[in-house]
Amino acid sequence: MSQLESVPANKVKLQDAIVSDKRPTPPTAIQSVGTFAMRSLLKTKHTPMALMDITAMPILFLLLFTYLFGGAIAGSVIDYLQFILPGILVQTVVQITVYTALDLNKDLQKGFFDRQRTLPIWAPSSLVGAMLFDTIRYSIASAIMIVFAMILGFRPQAGFAGVILAVLVLLVFSFSLSWIWTVLAMKMESENALMATAMMITFPLTFLSSAFVDPETMPSVLESFVQINPISFLVNAVRGLMHGYPVAGDIFWVLVSSFVLLIIFGPLTMMLYRKKN
Amino acid sequence: MEKSREYAIEVRGLTKQFGDFKAVNKIDLNIEKGMVYGFLGPNGAGKTTTVRMLATLLEIDGGTATIFGYDVQTEPKKIRPRIALTGQYSSVDEDLTGKENLVMICRLMGFSRKDSKKRALDLLEAFGLFDAANKQTKEYSGGMRRRLDIAASIVVTPDLLFLDEPTTGLDPRSRNQVWDVIRALTKAGTTVLLTTQYLEEADQLADRIAVIDKGEIIAEGTATELKASVGSGMLHLTLKNEADRTQAESLIESSVGLVLSESSRAAEVLVKVEDPAIATTILNHLAEAGIELVTFSLSQPSLDEVFLALTEEEEA
Repeated sequence: MSQLESVPANKVKLQDAIVSDKRPTPPTAIQSVGTFAMRSLLKTKHTPMALMDITAMPILFLLLFTYLFGGAIAGSVIDYLQFILPGILVQTVVQITVYTALDLNKDLQKGFFDRQRTLPIWAPSSLVGAMLFDTIRYSIASAIMIVFAMILGFRPQAGFAGVILAVLVLLVFSFSLSWIWTVLAMKMESENALMATAMMITFPLTFLSSAFVDPETMPSVLESFVQINPISFLVNAVRGLMHGYPVAGDIFWVLVSSFVLLIIFGPLTMMLYRKKN
Repeated sequence: MEKSREYAIEVRGLTKQFGDFKAVNKIDLNIEKGMVYGFLGPNGAGKTTTVRMLATLLEIDGGTATIFGYDVQTEPKKIRPRIALTGQYSSVDEDLTGKENLVMICRLMGFSRKDSKKRALDLLEAFGLFDAANKQTKEYSGGMRRRLDIAASIVVTPDLLFLDEPTTGLDPRSRNQVWDVIRALTKAGTTVLLTTQYLEEADQLADRIAVIDKGEIIAEGTATELKASVGSGMLHLTLKNEADRTQAESLIESSVGLVLSESSRAAEVLVKVEDPAIATTILNHLAEAGIELVTFSLSQPSLDEVFLALTEEEEA
């Protein structure tokens, strides 16, 4: 509408604003995903306190575990730090994957998606956009933890490249894992219920893994569970990549479980999303 | 690719059931293009459920519904680009500013970055939200949020707009602003389906009204038709000379044979009339007899009376 271009903003009347014959072509999937990622960025800009979970929390956990258990488990804090950093990194990031779903649950309750669903966009855009932005959050959390750990004495044997590869593997898994929580977000009535359920899953999964202690020290029943826990594969893969003894099997199983999570829970989320009333 | 030329919405036997509860029970509707159609009913009558089914947000359990000739069940993708919904609850993002909210919707509609910003600012200006453009919407009043919500719905002028209780909980000033928006939209040719609990709102805005109660449409027509369908109107006559009263009364009784109502004021005569045409007859007779009037008025029953009468009929 050429009129729209020439009239100064402060002179635009209700009628003129309403009568717009502009019908742009719908955005591509990449554009709409980008728009939703931008939404997440803006939300973070307006509520910086939400960054606590990726800044202060990881540092707190790192200090707690290193100094509380370091002496008892490994005999030396510095030795334990080499072992535990990959574990605690995985645990922290796995925990914060739940936040995407918490935001989704809030949006659903508030009716935010009513409009989204009548927009001419690729349906999963809003979820994928939010998750892509969250992947950046996971990267920031990882960077903060690794840098802080290095100040405390963490020395990754594989150097910078190894650390980057390890974080990439972690990000791939976290992105796929998020879709379990989005399924829960569609089903749960409240954020609290969702948070509690997610904790009940992440706590045993992260603690009953190779994250904090060597599985060989565990009772055999526990050990066999730990051996097949996907989180253990992830922790082993991250640890191997950081310290320069990557095990192809671990990385392979992490990628397989990521793929399986994604193809099951991704479509399931979208099915529930479409059915949600 | 227009399949249906005259109707924006055609509904046959539309039904929605939640467990044993029939939220919407076999309703039929024909809503012409360009009109404001009012859905009037109390809380829980099935208004929102119907709107959500028509807006392709809720699956239908029975019957058929077409929007511009496209089936809501099988062709929602054809329908969605042409409709917009402003729900009862705000669908704006409370953490974002008004401007950021509108820019986001513009981007999702496919506007370029530059056009999005322009369109967002134009709409904020037009809806009286320019000064609040950079405030987070959680700081907005109810009226401001509702206007922003409607603005978001018309980023691309829709052919059909669903407004679900757009003025519930708003103060009179905000309500009038929302009404202005609705009137401006219809001028632009948009069909509006409006749900409301307020009879006055339906009376003011809607070309046709469906009265809905317990999931069923219990009456349908223009406001005037609905009023005419229940009870009679009342003709108020104020005589110039009180002395003419007896003559006037006997004249009316002999000419149209209607019972006169009692009036507390000596110069006032009240006549119940079933048909407005009778009022004309009465006025003619009085004029012929040389009885002068100060004022006369024919009042219809209010929509409130209509609504209560209709819902009481249902109860009986």
